[in-house]
Amino acid sequence: MNAPRRKALSHAAGQPSRWLAAALVSAGTLGISAQALAEDPIKVGILHSLSGTMAISETVLKDTVEMLVEKQNAQGGLLGRQLEAVVVDPASNWPLFAERARELLAQHEVDVVFGNWTSVSRKAVLPVFEELNGLLFYPVQYEGEESSENVFYTGAAPNQQAIPAVDYLIDEMGIERFALLGTDYVYPRTTNRILEAYLKEEHGVADEDILINYTPFGHSDWQNIVAEVRRFGSEGKPTAVVSTINGDANVPFYRELGNQGVDAGDIPVIAFSVGEQELTGIDTGPLVGHLAAWNYFMSVDTDVNYDFIDAWIDWTGDEEAVTNDPMEAHYIGFNMWAEAVRKAGTTDPDAIKDAIIGVTVPNLTGGYAAMMPNHHITKPVLIGEIQDNGQFEIVWQTPSTVAGDAWSDYLPGSRDLIADWRAPMRCGNFNVSTGRCGGSTAAEEAEAALAE
Amino acid sequence: MRSLLFLWLLVLLVMPLTVHAQTSANDEAAIELLEALDVDSFPAKGEAIEAIVASDHERARYWLQSLLDGRLQRADDGRFVVVLDNTGRDWPVEDALTGEALGEMSRRDLDRISINNALRNQLRSAIAVVDLYSPDLELRRASAERLLGEVDAELAEPLEALIAEEGDRRVSRRLAQALAIHRLEQGEVEAVAELQGSLHPRVRVALARAASGAFDSRAVTGDDPVVADAAQAALVSIEQNLRLNRMAETLYFGLSLGSVLVLAAIGLAITFGVMGVINMAHGELIMLGAYTTWMMQQLLPGQPGLALVLSVPAGFLVAALAGIAIERGVIQFLKGRPLETLLATFGISLILQQLVRTVISPQNRTVVSPEWMSGSIAINDALSLTLNRMVVIAFALAVFAALLLIMRRTRLGLEVRAVTQNRAMARSMGIRATRVDILTFALGSGVAGLAGVALSQLTNVGPNLGQSYIIDSFMVVVFGGVGNLWGTLVAGLSLGVINQILEPWAGAVLAKIIVLVFIILFIQKRPRGLFPQKGRAAEG
Repeated sequence: MNAPRRKALSHAAGQPSRWLAAALVSAGTLGISAQALAEDPIKVGILHSLSGTMAISETVLKDTVEMLVEKQNAQGGLLGRQLEAVVVDPASNWPLFAERARELLAQHEVDVVFGNWTSVSRKAVLPVFEELNGLLFYPVQYEGEESSENVFYTGAAPNQQAIPAVDYLIDEMGIERFALLGTDYVYPRTTNRILEAYLKEEHGVADEDILINYTPFGHSDWQNIVAEVRRFGSEGKPTAVVSTINGDANVPFYRELGNQGVDAGDIPVIAFSVGEQELTGIDTGPLVGHLAAWNYFMSVDTDVNYDFIDAWIDWTGDEEAVTNDPMEAHYIGFNMWAEAVRKAGTTDPDAIKDAIIGVTVPNLTGGYAAMMPNHHITKPVLIGEIQDNGQFEIVWQTPSTVAGDAWSDYLPGSRDLIADWRAPMRCGNFNVSTGRCGGSTAAEEAEAALAE
Repeated sequence: MRSLLFLWLLVLLVMPLTVHAQTSANDEAAIELLEALDVDSFPAKGEAIEAIVASDHERARYWLQSLLDGRLQRADDGRFVVVLDNTGRDWPVEDALTGEALGEMSRRDLDRISINNALRNQLRSAIAVVDLYSPDLELRRASAERLLGEVDAELAEPLEALIAEEGDRRVSRRLAQALAIHRLEQGEVEAVAELQGSLHPRVRVALARAASGAFDSRAVTGDDPVVADAAQAALVSIEQNLRLNRMAETLYFGLSLGSVLVLAAIGLAITFGVMGVINMAHGELIMLGAYTTWMMQQLLPGQPGLALVLSVPAGFLVAALAGIAIERGVIQFLKGRPLETLLATFGISLILQQLVRTVISPQNRTVVSPEWMSGSIAINDALSLTLNRMVVIAFALAVFAALLLIMRRTRLGLEVRAVTQNRAMARSMGIRATRVDILTFALGSGVAGLAGVALSQLTNVGPNLGQSYIIDSFMVVVFGGVGNLWGTLVAGLSLGVINQILEPWAGAVLAKIIVLVFIILFIQKRPRGLFPQKGRAAEG
């Protein structure tokens, strides 16, 4: 290659500088593309809303995955190849999620996708991932009742969050009355249905001791509901609020609680959607003692967690930056995927699907998370109390990790279903009483979710 | 004389030293008390707290309070310290035994002695019992409040003496009630008289339990359910009273929601109602006002109250300037083309939202409530009015009055009315219509900014703030009658009250739908709203 280039240079002696520059540029690009051919980067797709209502929660997850990708590259990448993050913005628009997912898989040909927050957006992308055989790591606690061959659920299923939380209220705090407050959409409604069935069947809680209330997204006038809860709680029995109130609406809710003097000592509120990120918008002074159930808190006292926090603060350049549970889920999911790639020696989706089951990686709470055959992972359940500095104090945790259950044991339709993606079963909704596999219902579910 | 003073000073100087010497002598005991707290099991910690209370140690209350606040921690070297400020990575601490400042320690080297809600309740009660003897009136009041329904036989004895000695009427009445609950539980029928008429939930719970006959078995009067009957009679009048209070509460909730609607809509009543400009970016002007409040609080750290007061003019200015920019940049070119104005301003609203997301953050910002806007004023034991809402109601009325004054009494108001009623005629009379347009739009936008300042105290300060109020604002203005400020006030307040009355039995989602359907039907019947403009002006 050297000889012809010299020849070209001597030919162009008339305008040496211009030709020299052109030759150097072409040589340079040639060199780069040759290198790129040898080590085509592994593409990591990120499907999180960076604009619209969900940007408040999802932007940090995009940053988390980018940080993990960079860290992996600093350690030499995977299989000797560099990683490259491909970011798209589905703009909190559920049908757009499906389009962007298609763009990632078909156009950018990414090897794996980390993304989604709301259940409806996950339902929207399901058929796309199943059709194009992509891999999706979903990092948020959700309502369960789903197991797809192409999705790995690294957030909590109801039995890893809601059920242990209610057990804590009953066993440790002696609560007898429950106000189930939620935002009006699929996650709170399904979770509350499971909880209501669980409370009645397993703990014999009477009908009049359960109050269920739904509010619209972004509800901001909580006066009446908080007053109602206050009255509900002043009937003499120990009362707690189980909150599946989503995102934004929590700030005015907690503010109203504080102003109306609902103290955690009298009526504790246990929340499933309030983490460190949500608390950054609230003055937590009046909220001390209210609870949240998660699988990770920023206040977890382990060195691996402190390292993660320091890395995060360095990455964001913000001393006040907080970490939260879905970020840990991405951390676990990313490491599991990387481990599976190493194990399989390829990024081929089918090979990864086989390799990843049983993969075990450290979590940030000092234990290990394992990928189960139903594509859910094992997690410890932690109960934390809000502190005045916007952090949670861990007051209780399960003695060991809990494996995620895709199909709830407390709902009539899902009691008999199990998911197992190992050969020979390879089914997400196997009915043990009829011995049949229900097959994929992703397309109908997506349609139903988007129609709402 | 001077030597005597000197001697006295010397004594003062030496005294702490001797006290110090004494404490180091009983340091062992103190450390032992604290060691007992540093265990994993919460019940064991509960026992350790009891031990500290029983020890009567001079720092006992300080330890309990620090433990309650989560500031009692153990350093890696085994010393017990109290954290003074737990923000950031390194925290200033002091020695728990001596109160001596120890500089800063890394949070990695500190282990918090964690407590849960049960322990927190236990600590509060323990501190309340200690505070009962405190010379500080506020502490005694809080303590009496806390002890209601928590008096046991052990506490009942000293309580009687304390009630007799107590100088403050509120404290003595509370303590008397607390004692009465205890006596009621013992089956003393006389206790009912003391509790008669009290609206406190704990009193009601005690009476309800008594009415069910729970305490009669212990009564000395035999089989007669005396206590139950007396309690039942007391309950009936209490319930009646409670119902009245509940109605007053709903009315207050309604007025407060209504005042929020009025605030959000009143700027629109000017730009849309008076000028006829459909400004979809109105919500984002509200958002700018809210962000101004946040900015002011960032500029004046530690003084949230002052920052909030200064935000009122600042929020007005920022939103007004943004309004002028929108008017000059876009709206003036689209005069008389409502559809295009709607689309263009909707675009502006999206641009402003994304601008805030990119420049500031997609996350919500914390706006702190000043002390005087947190909590509530208790009218009685069942009815307390939240302070932040009260301030917002007053603020909404003040803004309304000021706007009314401007529109009715100032030259600008006169010119605005002239221009909107007949633009050509007004111009031929020498009014500079363009200038009036700018000023009117600035005024309407500025008022939206004021709404943002108020809303920052009630809801999220985030990029989506404006979106949630734009529909409601248009609803109020149309319902009230376009071009009529009084209509906006009446419409806002009545929609608020209707919503709050509906909410308890229809649920928040359905209540909103019902209100919307009601407005649609109303507009069908009376297209010009509650207070239609009359006369020739209305035709133009």
